[in-house]
Amino acid sequence: MSRGTNCPNCGAPVEFRWSGAVQAACPFCKSVLIRSDLDLKTVGKVADLPPDPSPIQLLTEGVYKGNKFQVTGRLVYQWEQGGWNEWHIVMADGQSGWLSDAQLEYAVSFLAGGSQLPTEEQISRGKRLRYQNTDFEVSTLTVAIYKGFEGELPFPYYEKSDMLFADLRTSGPAFGTIDYSENPPLLFVGEWVEFEDLQLKNLRQFEGWK
Amino acid sequence: MASSLVTPPVVKARALNCPNCGAAVALRGFGHTLTVVCPNCLTTLDTSEPEIKILGQIQEAQRCDLKIPLGTRGKLAGAEWEAIGFQQRMAVEDSDSWDEYLLFNPYKGFRYLTEYQGHWNFVTPLEPMPERLALGGRPAVSFEGKHYKHFSGCEAMTSFVLGEFPWRVQVGEKVICDDFIHPPFVLSSETTRDEITWSRGEYTPADAIWQAFSLPGKPERPRGIYLNQPSPYEGKGSMWPACLLMLLLLAGLAMFFAVFSRENVVFRNSYYFSTLQPEPSFVTPVFNIDGRASGLQLIVHADVNNNWAYFNFALINDDTGSAYDFGREVSYYHGTDSDGSWTEGGQTSTAYLPSVPPGRYYLRVEPEMDAAGPYRNGTKKYNAVAYDITIRHDVPNYAWFWIAGILLLIPPAISSLRRRSFEKQRWAQSSGPVKSSSMLMSAVGSAIESIGE
Repeated sequence: MSRGTNCPNCGAPVEFRWSGAVQAACPFCKSVLIRSDLDLKTVGKVADLPPDPSPIQLLTEGVYKGNKFQVTGRLVYQWEQGGWNEWHIVMADGQSGWLSDAQLEYAVSFLAGGSQLPTEEQISRGKRLRYQNTDFEVSTLTVAIYKGFEGELPFPYYEKSDMLFADLRTSGPAFGTIDYSENPPLLFVGEWVEFEDLQLKNLRQFEGWK
Repeated sequence: MASSLVTPPVVKARALNCPNCGAAVALRGFGHTLTVVCPNCLTTLDTSEPEIKILGQIQEAQRCDLKIPLGTRGKLAGAEWEAIGFQQRMAVEDSDSWDEYLLFNPYKGFRYLTEYQGHWNFVTPLEPMPERLALGGRPAVSFEGKHYKHFSGCEAMTSFVLGEFPWRVQVGEKVICDDFIHPPFVLSSETTRDEITWSRGEYTPADAIWQAFSLPGKPERPRGIYLNQPSPYEGKGSMWPACLLMLLLLAGLAMFFAVFSRENVVFRNSYYFSTLQPEPSFVTPVFNIDGRASGLQLIVHADVNNNWAYFNFALINDDTGSAYDFGREVSYYHGTDSDGSWTEGGQTSTAYLPSVPPGRYYLRVEPEMDAAGPYRNGTKKYNAVAYDITIRHDVPNYAWFWIAGILLLIPPAISSLRRRSFEKQRWAQSSGPVKSSSMLMSAVGSAIESIGE
């Protein structure tokens, strides 16, 4: 499969690392590139991302449940109490998932085929939802600002502003998120993970830390 | 793809100068820090935007002494941590205060060390929400298969802050705290209007903290018993199983003696005594004691009836003349009073001589009774009794087994008492009920909506 192409804006060579990538940023002119079966078009410019203290970066590799993965992209959000990252990961078997890093609390999740999700008007804190025999409770509703992206994403994601997220928790490691930036909303389900269990490689370095 | 264009590979530590006093303020939490309190002038600064904003000013009078200076690193729970923030909080109700140190590792995130009167806890934030339940009427939560009982709740107010925090922290901020214990662990919830957050603390001896952070001097001795302090009597295992085992062995030993002791009757005879007899003492014929040196039992049975008799005995070795002197009283009284019939004493008394060697023996007997008895000979009152004496050899003394058994019970009984008293002291400081109403409100009864199979 040919992955090399050229940026429609500046003509620079753009290489898609992941065959399923739909959105990427031109590394040279920072244009947001949307790839379809037919062509590659630009839909705007990437904003400068805020300085970020996450140890994860594009091309970081890790292991989840015995499956190797690589970080190919990243969405950056900001809310009242700081920022968080949703790192787009591609598993060795091609499956697309998300590694969230919110103040160094890590979680891995996957898009789930939830149905009859409560609407933005119906969702409230304390609400209990059952998905595939797991009981979730809405623990927080977070209004976040989309700050930008880098790398490659599995879907087009741009021109977003304030958006609502519902955090779903359980009494165990299972967690979920309902993302109300799309219509209909999207359900992601996964679990909290310990940093050391992810066996991450190719991490960023921190001055004064080994 | 040139990812390195966006994220520099090495994240540099930042520093800023306090816009109030100009002092250098270290930012050890890299980009995570949202609030920092200038260690020099105690101005609270907002560092979330490139332009530093002044949020407030803490009074110098509120300054606390930090046991772990900010910037100190130490190794705990398998990772290195740097103390980057400190806050003192107090219960609004009684102004009882405790200290919290914020620990940071750029890969593993945030932990806390809390200290109250010399008791330390290493605290990890929890993302899961422990399940609510009630244990024997006491509110409790379940987490990772362990049950935690509600210990106390309070409204806590931040009374002093120093250094960095990854959230907006301010003096005067209030949260509702509830603690649930399963020593050495404590699960704590902090409830605000918007959310409930959970953390798990593990009781950590102060010495371990001093060692981990290479702190000078010695930690102060912890005062009292802390809510999740492990009981020194717990975990070592109950002493009762060992005690039971020993008692069984003892019973086995007693049974062994019971079965293998010969309990030979070496002498038996019946006698009559009257206070009219001019010389009450007499000696028995010589009898043989065979076998090994062993316990000897003398049983005297006297037909006393609301009366007493006393017997002086001497067991004398016919060959050597050595003697065992001893005495036994037999007294038996009975009657009826307003409470019904009663009895006191009995007609039999037993003496036990440990380890009597084999040989030829005889017994010297000297009975005594009250001279003025119920019987009459003409005008003279006298006393009399019929009695018999049985001597058995090779009789185990079960009293020793009873004594040993009781002695065996003492250590586990003391241990149980201490354990109970420790728990009593611990729970004496407990205060119910659960403070955070959302804990109660949330939601065992509420309906569950299905959002997919």
